[in-house]
Amino acid sequence: MRPLLLLPEILLFVGGLAALIGGSFLPRDHQWLTRVIAATTLVASIVVSAIGLTAAPAAAFQGTYAVDTATGVARIAAALGTLLVLGIAGDEITGTPRESETYALLLFATTGTIVLAGARDLLVLAVAFFLASIPLYGLIGMVRTPRGAEAAMKTYLMGALFGIVLLLGVTLLYGVTGATLHADLAQRLAAAPPAAVAAGLLAVVAGLMFEAGGVPAHFWVPDAAQGANGTVATFLTTVPKIGAMVALYRFVTVLPDTVNWPLLVGALAVVSMTLANLAAYWQQDPRRLLGWSTVSQVGFLLVPVAVATRSDLALPSLLLYLLGYTVTNVAAFAVTTALPQARDLADYRGLSRARPGLAASLLVALLGLVGTPPTVVFVGKLTTATAAWDGGMAWLTVAVFVNSLISLFYYLRWIIPVFSPAVAGAQTDEHHAAAPRTPGHWSSDTAVAAALLSVGLGFTGGLVWSVVGGPLLP
Amino acid sequence: MLSLLVFLPLVAAVVLAAVPRLGDAVARWLWLGVAAVEVVLVGVAWAGFTTPAPGRLALDQQVEWIPGVRSSYHVGVDGLSLPLVAMTAVVFLACAVYSLKEARRPRLHAALLLFLQSVSIGLFVSADLILFFVFFDLSIVAMYFLTAGWGHANAARSALQFFLYTFLGSLALLVGFIGLYVYADPHTFDMLELIAAKPLAGHGLAAGLVLAAILLGLAVKTPTVPFHTWLPPAHTDASSVGSAVLAAVLLKMGTYGFVRIAMPMLPEAWRAWAWVILVVGIVSVLYGALVALAQSNIKRMVAYTSVNHMGYVVMAVGAAGLVAGDAAQARGIAVTGAVTEMVSHGLITAALFLLVGTLHQRAGTYEMAEFGGLARTAPKLAGLFAVGAFASLGLPALSGFIAEFQIFTGSIAVAPVTAIALLGILITAALFLLSLQRIFTGELRGRSFGFADLHPREVWAGGILLGLSLLIGVYPAPLLAVIEPAATAVVTLLGR
Repeated sequence: MRPLLLLPEILLFVGGLAALIGGSFLPRDHQWLTRVIAATTLVASIVVSAIGLTAAPAAAFQGTYAVDTATGVARIAAALGTLLVLGIAGDEITGTPRESETYALLLFATTGTIVLAGARDLLVLAVAFFLASIPLYGLIGMVRTPRGAEAAMKTYLMGALFGIVLLLGVTLLYGVTGATLHADLAQRLAAAPPAAVAAGLLAVVAGLMFEAGGVPAHFWVPDAAQGANGTVATFLTTVPKIGAMVALYRFVTVLPDTVNWPLLVGALAVVSMTLANLAAYWQQDPRRLLGWSTVSQVGFLLVPVAVATRSDLALPSLLLYLLGYTVTNVAAFAVTTALPQARDLADYRGLSRARPGLAASLLVALLGLVGTPPTVVFVGKLTTATAAWDGGMAWLTVAVFVNSLISLFYYLRWIIPVFSPAVAGAQTDEHHAAAPRTPGHWSSDTAVAAALLSVGLGFTGGLVWSVVGGPLLP
Repeated sequence: MLSLLVFLPLVAAVVLAAVPRLGDAVARWLWLGVAAVEVVLVGVAWAGFTTPAPGRLALDQQVEWIPGVRSSYHVGVDGLSLPLVAMTAVVFLACAVYSLKEARRPRLHAALLLFLQSVSIGLFVSADLILFFVFFDLSIVAMYFLTAGWGHANAARSALQFFLYTFLGSLALLVGFIGLYVYADPHTFDMLELIAAKPLAGHGLAAGLVLAAILLGLAVKTPTVPFHTWLPPAHTDASSVGSAVLAAVLLKMGTYGFVRIAMPMLPEAWRAWAWVILVVGIVSVLYGALVALAQSNIKRMVAYTSVNHMGYVVMAVGAAGLVAGDAAQARGIAVTGAVTEMVSHGLITAALFLLVGTLHQRAGTYEMAEFGGLARTAPKLAGLFAVGAFASLGLPALSGFIAEFQIFTGSIAVAPVTAIALLGILITAALFLLSLQRIFTGELRGRSFGFADLHPREVWAGGILLGLSLLIGVYPAPLLAVIEPAATAVVTLLGR
């Protein structure tokens, strides 16, 4: 059993329960205490996970759960992402009626995504999928607007559909092998009928793509990013991807050569990034634009998965990219929550003069998402693209860079107004200009901190690499 | 030593950007001070420089960065990079002098240019492909903001075009770098190891594709025909200082890449494609010169002469790839000429852009037709511009002659067809003389009335650059002594 190996997950889940129950007893003006509880458990979880990374890889619960470098980095990245999201919540959620529930759901979803990352058994994977996705529906619906309701409904329906598809895939694979444990699957799948394996593979990948927010299950992402409140939008475009991508990585490594899964994953990667980049181009709402941008980032994240078994760089580069993507994406979203009234790209005119710190953070975040050095996403993109070529898929490398160029177009559509002078003298413009002048300080500070992290991790890429390059449970 | 050279301007830039309380005057003088210190540091480095052994770099420093992909912070100089580092430091000093009266947000202006100086010098001293790429990319970002923030007319649009176009180039370059990494055994991004390993030797098609990706990236930045279309609008709408830095320093990043990366790392593929490169060079020379001749806007004209001059460089490095008989010496001369041309063009074109900038700053236009007889009201401008024009067209006793003489000596000896490009020199001479005649001679008319002559700071800025050009033209030995061994080494590597 060795339950202590799961201390970070236990901490988070108990923290979530404490926030939920504590919130029921605390008066409205003391609800912020639940935020302190949540933040404390997250920090504790990060510390425990970091200590755990120094230990040798181990398996818990009869080999169904892996505690190794991939799980450890996923734990840290997910908890760090949620911690930054709590920073954003300081402006938006504090003092609202559903404060403690939000924090509890955030912690449950974080636990789910971490369990997803560690799962080495298809049944654990399925349970983690639901633990990670069900809180999302509640979180999106927390904002009582028509858009929010539509987004919650869409996410729920998509989630239900792809959850069932995932279970179907698990059932199929169990049916042809009689096993759900990854280690057993790895031995028996080669002898199974390829058509059944391919169908099971497709279904499991599709389910995980819902969680990650990539093609073919990406439809909910832009709506949720636009419709939900900023805190939730940040969370659901960032943290669930960590678990989904690591789970996918673990899953594809057990697949036999009888099915051409690298081609499938590579094709999904290209379609995800291309489709999302084209869709993002026309968006006027910055959150919706970022929503599509996160779909394209899933495409980039799928690149190392496609060469999972063919390049030694695949896993470290995937983990590095996940870590870098988490902080960089949070920085971009934090800028939008710092300026909640600015819901059109044009509203950002003059930001660089009014709020230079915020403008600089946005610049770092957006150029970071393009993959400009010296941010950490650059190191991620470089190493994932290198892994793809190293694994014999040079076309994927080319696709990555062609898409980076396309993505620059729409990020620049946002950067340009930020650094243009505000329209001078126009009284009618006053309400537009008013937005950038009174940003929420929690979000601003989070944006600056996340942007600094993004650059800092880039400079210390070697150090990060030595962490993510650690051993994996065989 | 080199790290100090790279990071001193960066530190100053961060200080300037982060501390708004520093006044404008402090910002201007701090920039000037740092730029001057950089020139002194380069002087010290030059004085202590001895040509390193083949396959080594002088003053090198290596610190692990991303050991997982064997990329490190590795810097060093040799005869190819040291002259460019020196040229960069001098150009930025001249820009700092010129900008002492910059009125538009001088603190951020100084910070941005210091940042740009840091990445430019960083690029030239990089001995690691990823480090090179980092600086390459950051130079684009900094230049974008310099053009968009301090340019005029359609600055935003031109800056955007510049950004997208050169970003395309930089990504192509990165694809090529990854190709080099993947084919190297053991995998590495270190330039010296890659040069020693010749990673793609024997992989005909793959080598060609990797070279094509790298050449595309470098050709966009250089720029050569047909990838030059971003250059004229960027130059027309950038500020004077922006244009000077863009033409003098950023364009050299492309041509430097040829001699530092493409030629020594992919010698077989380079030899196979040398004819194509040679022809692209000749076309750039002629096309750049002819289009420059047709311009009525003086700044656009100077911009197109950059296409022409970079054409000489590309032609020379193309000729160096034609391995025929025992022409190694001629090919060495061509490469020496190419590197000298990079330095010379940097000095001269920066001076020309700064001088031409005074026209727009005082009269609000670059149209040659608006001026006439300007030599009477602005004799200092007329004198300096004339020196710059003659230097650019290759008059002996100025640095352009030294460079172009060697380029043609080397190229014609290897490929007589390159003699066609001599026409380029003829056309350039004609267009500079024509522009001198139109703007500075004849009846006083148009905006020449009441035109204030150069301020001392403007004279100094132009004077430093042209003075150095004159010095190289009269006494080139110290410069050539540094370049020649490195150029010979490149030719040797190419002949492997």
